[in-house]
Amino acid sequence: MEFSYTIWIVLIPLFTFLITGLFGHKFKPLVSGIIGTSGLGTAFILSIYTAWKYFFQHGAHEGFEKIIGFNTVWLQLTDKLHIDLGVLIDPISVMMLIVVTTVSFMVHIYSLGYMKGDPGFSRFFAFLSLFSFSMLGLVVATNIFQMYIFWELVGVSSFLLIGYYYEKESAVAASKKAFIVTRFADFGFLIGILILSYFTGTFDFKELTDPASVAIASSKGVMFMGMSVVSLALVLIFMGGAGKSAMFPLHIWLPDAMEGPTPVSALIHAATMVVAGVYLVARLFPIFSLTSPDALEVVAYVGAFSSLFAAVIACTQFDIKRVLAFSTMSQIGYMMLALGVSGYGHEEGLGFTASMFHLFTHAMFKALLFLGAGAIIHAVHSNDMKDMGNLRKYMPITHITFLIALLAIAGIPPFSGFWSKDEILVAAFEHNKLIFYSSLFVAGLTAFYMTRLYLSIFWGKKTHYHHTPHEAPWLMTIPLIFLAILAALAGFIPFGELVTSDGHAFHAGFHIQIAAPATLTAIIGMSIAAVLYMKESDLPNRIVKSIHGIHHVIYRKFFIDEIYMFVTKKIIFNNISKPIAWFDRHVIDGTMNGIALSVLWTSKKIKGLQSGQLQDYGYAFLAGVLVLVFLFVFIASKF
Amino acid sequence: MTEGIPISHFLIVSAIMFFTGIYGFIVRRNLITILMSIELILNSVNINFVVFNKYLYPEHLEGQFFSLFIIAIAAAEAAVAIAIIINIYRRFSTINVENVNEMKH
Amino acid sequence: MTNDQIMFYLFAAIISICSVMTVVSRRILRAAVFLLFVLIATAGMYFMLEYFFLAGVQLMLYAGGIVVLIIFSILLTSHINQKFQLPSWRKVVPTIAAVALGLFLCITTILHYTFKPSAGMEQAKHNLHDIGLKLLDTGANGYALPFEAISILLLAAMIAASVIAKKN
Repeated sequence: MEFSYTIWIVLIPLFTFLITGLFGHKFKPLVSGIIGTSGLGTAFILSIYTAWKYFFQHGAHEGFEKIIGFNTVWLQLTDKLHIDLGVLIDPISVMMLIVVTTVSFMVHIYSLGYMKGDPGFSRFFAFLSLFSFSMLGLVVATNIFQMYIFWELVGVSSFLLIGYYYEKESAVAASKKAFIVTRFADFGFLIGILILSYFTGTFDFKELTDPASVAIASSKGVMFMGMSVVSLALVLIFMGGAGKSAMFPLHIWLPDAMEGPTPVSALIHAATMVVAGVYLVARLFPIFSLTSPDALEVVAYVGAFSSLFAAVIACTQFDIKRVLAFSTMSQIGYMMLALGVSGYGHEEGLGFTASMFHLFTHAMFKALLFLGAGAIIHAVHSNDMKDMGNLRKYMPITHITFLIALLAIAGIPPFSGFWSKDEILVAAFEHNKLIFYSSLFVAGLTAFYMTRLYLSIFWGKKTHYHHTPHEAPWLMTIPLIFLAILAALAGFIPFGELVTSDGHAFHAGFHIQIAAPATLTAIIGMSIAAVLYMKESDLPNRIVKSIHGIHHVIYRKFFIDEIYMFVTKKIIFNNISKPIAWFDRHVIDGTMNGIALSVLWTSKKIKGLQSGQLQDYGYAFLAGVLVLVFLFVFIASKF
Repeated sequence: MTEGIPISHFLIVSAIMFFTGIYGFIVRRNLITILMSIELILNSVNINFVVFNKYLYPEHLEGQFFSLFIIAIAAAEAAVAIAIIINIYRRFSTINVENVNEMKH
Repeated sequence: MTNDQIMFYLFAAIISICSVMTVVSRRILRAAVFLLFVLIATAGMYFMLEYFFLAGVQLMLYAGGIVVLIIFSILLTSHINQKFQLPSWRKVVPTIAAVALGLFLCITTILHYTFKPSAGMEQAKHNLHDIGLKLLDTGANGYALPFEAISILLLAAMIAASVIAKKN
């Protein structure tokens, strides 16, 4: 089947980036917006066509195999090792193409309305196109090095977009923090790539993930410090993924990244970039599950802990974007743990399918939540939920779409979140009871804090606003409606038949014994929130006062940021950076300066020979003659 | 008249005078005293020529003639040197050799 | 000790002591006079070596001409009653070291070398008549060329001295 046109899905955003970036200041701002949006629209249509072609025409009879749509050798390192650039078509990459292009397209349309009047309008669309290009390139990567290249590009785009309001100091600091933390994680990623490719001899995904390949077999036995090298490499690669996906302890950048404009948060920090880590683990899943179960354990526990950690913090925050950011971290934790508890092949691979399914549904409803938050912030001019209330009277469309998203994320049937979360809980129950109970608790917490958010914004008695909030313009509400439809209906997509760990379809059944407790927990969480927040009451404050100390620790995000600052400033800067800087300044520069100074000193002494004093010259003459006489008459005559 | 005095004695005397002249050339500050040291050097060389002629090549006359010429040249050189010294005295108001040092780095 | 030897050592002593005094003396006029004594003692040595013409020329030109010239210039340019400062140690010590080394080298070479007189022991004539003839001899072994050259040199020196010492 002919798939080489798929390279255009990646390249169209690149061209719109170049056009709007280089020439954007020449057009009217709206023209850049239209160029960017239509580019993404084309990519969106092409992705849907690819999905239809792959899943229903090609795969229906042949099983889902990996197809190389397009490949070119970029860098030939040795005879066997080369870095290619190409497009890989397989179930998860096609699914990601749909996710990325859909959300990006919706965000483009939304930004036409949200960013209207902003002086950097063209720049914003140029950066959005750059990000879309990078993310699409990452998703269709044929080999791990190409993925790394686009990984870094995505990091750069995120940096540019978080720091979009570059005149604001907090935005600049946040963008630096995001870039540095993810860059630090990528250091582990790169080392992992190098170790893996050294021992397996290849970068290519098809070779790495083929269970029968020579690559895996040849590296299986090599051990290092009690752990097999492949496991070590995979844990390091996971470190890179954990950084991008904001897993504990590399999560510190995600709350601060909310400084960027809300469409950016929707696109990057909810639906696409932050799932890159999950995608990476999914891509390498065969090696993870077949050769390094211990690496997979690490993935599962990190994911489970992050989801619990984030859910607890989200219960105390007041900034609506921060609540959504921690919610994202928690849901990604779900995706990671689903991968971590999964086996390989047919029903064993339920976790894998569940994780991908949750990625898909989460992208839809989280983007919807963020875009809705953007509309609210646009109307109220504040991020703080204490300034909001009773907005259902003023913003009906936003209210309904936000409610649909809430029901989806809380896991209430028949919305999409219920189906995907159910499969994750089933997978967890089969393999690790501890993680299952923790995830169940987190589901309850999710329902609680999301309902708290919803009620604080849309209910309550607040009737006093300085100027009346109005519904968002249609450019902003159309994407909300579209995403709401997807959030409601996506649960009915039979993912088990399409996206599986080994390419073979299986039927993911409905387990009432898991679904019922899960839904019950969610309803309990929502009820508690309703009791506390539906009407104005003092009960929340009294609860906070009674657990004041613990609440303060949780509210300050467990002081992780402070710990990081302490370690870097007091320990690393003082004990490592300062001595190195001293060494550089005094020993290295000192040597150079010392050489220069000694040359100067020598020349000064030699200059002194030409003193202008007649008698010094005479003395030099005499001394020279005597030495020569001594040499020739006495020494030479001996030979 | 010089039987019994070996050639080396003459040569030692002239060596002493030579090196004394060199010492004076390097140590003395007044330009005229430097000139006097130069005359000492030239004089010692004269003695050397004459002595070699007398002891080693008595049938030749070169040594004596050479000494004559050296004396003539020394006189001419002393005259020009003193003219220069007088010029320096007019310019610098001193004939201390340490003050005449403008050709330096 | 023959008379010759006594005379030689006397002259040698005068030369040595007076030359040292020339370079060490702190008054300039005394240095000039010591130089005079050195030159006179040298003339005495020439007399001993039977080079009478040369001795005469030495006395006339060197002792009588050059030293007088030097004294004139001293009177023109210096305060004759002024005592020189002692030279600084930084000059004296290296110079004495170099001079001592040189003297050592020369004396050891002189003492260890065997001087071989040439075969012909026949003495050439150096009376005034023969010297004069030789000076203007244009044939082989004649000194006409150096004689003329010296005369040009003296001319040049005369002109140079007048020009340099001229007041403008």
